[in-house]
Amino acid sequence: MKYQSQAVAKYYFIAAIALFVGQILFGLIMGLQYVMGDFLFPEIPFNVARMVHTNLLIVWLLFGFMGSAYYLVPEEAETELFSPKLALIMFWVFLAAGVLTILGYLMVPYATLADITGNSLLPTMGREFLEQPTITKIGIVVVALAFLFNIGMTALKGRKTVITLVLLIGLLGLAVFFLFSFYNPINLVKDKFYWWWVVHLWVEGVWELILGAILAFVLIKTTGVDREVIEKWLYIIIAMSLITGIIGTGHHYYWIGTPRYWQWWGSIFSAMEPIPFFMMTIFAFNMVNQRRRNHPNQAAVLWALGTSVMAFLGAGVWGFMHTLAPVNYYTHGTQITAAHGHLAFFGAYVMIVLTMISYAMPMLRGREAANSNKSQVVEMWSFWLMTVSMVFITLFLTGAGIAQVYLQRYSDTPQAFMVVQEKLATFYWMREVAGVVFLIGLITYISSFFVGGKEAEEIA
Amino acid sequence: MPSSYTIERRDYPPGDLAIWIFILAELLVFAIFFATYAFTRSNHVALFNHSQLSLNTNLALINTLALITSSYFVVRAVAAIREDKTRLCIRWLIAAVMMGFIFLVVKIIEYHHHYHNGINLRTNLFFMFYFSLTFFHFMHVILGMVILSAVAIKARQGHYSSTDFTGVETGACYWHMVDIVWLILFPLIYIMK
Repeated sequence: MKYQSQAVAKYYFIAAIALFVGQILFGLIMGLQYVMGDFLFPEIPFNVARMVHTNLLIVWLLFGFMGSAYYLVPEEAETELFSPKLALIMFWVFLAAGVLTILGYLMVPYATLADITGNSLLPTMGREFLEQPTITKIGIVVVALAFLFNIGMTALKGRKTVITLVLLIGLLGLAVFFLFSFYNPINLVKDKFYWWWVVHLWVEGVWELILGAILAFVLIKTTGVDREVIEKWLYIIIAMSLITGIIGTGHHYYWIGTPRYWQWWGSIFSAMEPIPFFMMTIFAFNMVNQRRRNHPNQAAVLWALGTSVMAFLGAGVWGFMHTLAPVNYYTHGTQITAAHGHLAFFGAYVMIVLTMISYAMPMLRGREAANSNKSQVVEMWSFWLMTVSMVFITLFLTGAGIAQVYLQRYSDTPQAFMVVQEKLATFYWMREVAGVVFLIGLITYISSFFVGGKEAEEIA
Repeated sequence: MPSSYTIERRDYPPGDLAIWIFILAELLVFAIFFATYAFTRSNHVALFNHSQLSLNTNLALINTLALITSSYFVVRAVAAIREDKTRLCIRWLIAAVMMGFIFLVVKIIEYHHHYHNGINLRTNLFFMFYFSLTFFHFMHVILGMVILSAVAIKARQGHYSSTDFTGVETGACYWHMVDIVWLILFPLIYIMK
């Protein structure tokens, strides 16, 4: 760790991992509810478990992004963080808001939560992924503004690099597009139209900038390849991400009542969305092959390479599978979507945050550059356990999705939704088993922080 | 010059290797668009032929000439910098950007004409493609002009010489791509019957 103030990142990373555990536990609960509908009913109904699972994911990824920025920007700008105190205050505000919101979901019925948080004053609740009470949303905006101010001031007073610039544009975009969660038109078409400006333009737009910037940073640090080379790749990747991703929003507009040209625009542009992810894969492997040194933190390099591959598979390939309008006509909202959602979120965003944590945590905990060999071996085990089990979750859900599309929508004698769901039980059981392996992988990951602490640092 | 592997001087391809990756990705997007257009047209030949009649081929021809001329100017700019004639290089680049402006103005006149006649994206399948393709290309002309201007500014600051002109070639390559895409787009949308 080069700058004392980078230490604030540690809080964010620890909170991120803790919430990650919560997310997986609720995922397992939900996975079981797919096959045992009354499991934990009425304490935790399916809709609540789902809300907690997805909201925790978003919140912990945001913690991860912020932690990454607090670590990365001072080092890139070669100066201390503008205000470590503000970063810490915002940490506790965000954590409190996040935990209170999740507790709200779990303790009281959603309608009651809406009442007691004054949703009627400015109604924003009740929409998928944006279920947070309005007051929480306002809290998120405040935290995001303070965060951007802090990071922005740090970047301004120090060295300006392409990585910081791209990261800042990504984070600024994240904050700006979140504002559309406050726009809640009566017209359902408009409602969905702008809802995607948060959801799609986050994950298939500005988050890709954040992903690219963090990946580039870790690759510069671990490979020693020239900054100019890495920055150039970063420029091309983000340009392609934006060219394809922005109009690619259209692949959500096929069946919601928008004009027909969206079917063409959405199909053509979103079909190109795998390109930047493919470039990222080539980029990561190229840089590692061109490395000027062997970094002692091989676990971080593994995560970085893994991110590039899994993001391409999950976001690129699994996204492409059902992005063309004629295909999506049948697959819309089926388990195919769930399969894509799992592998894309894991491959792109979970893994990039874990990459950054893997790279930064040893330094944040007082090491020179890397953990002991023993700790890294455990961490690599967790990498493989989580990655392989997530691939299996994806494959089982894809199997379920294909069967669902056929039985429910494509065959000459289409069957009812719940009838089909019963028939998919085997897939769901296998998915749940893979989910348990994922949890074991996560426990292994956490245990890697507690093993080999006294042993000497791995050297290249 | 930094000694990294992607920007080291090589004869082929001209310019920075990175721009070629970008150009290929861009061409792929256009290729998919053109293929989709061709496929759709083959299913609606009568509609496409009829709608095509309301396009102004003369204006499109002016634009074609404007872009081809601009590409020639860019070639002259590269030739100038190879001979260390920085000021000449800048002048040719400005001339190319001016041709880009002509293209934009003519295209806006065309759009205005359609708008005036109540023709838009939703009129029919042909116009959906017409507006999408030409506007997507229009945005590329603007990007190309930004790139050429940036190259001109860097040239003015003395960044290029007869031994280091990769930047000029890089900008030139992108501009030629914008030109070539139009050379496919023009017959495909305006001429082909």
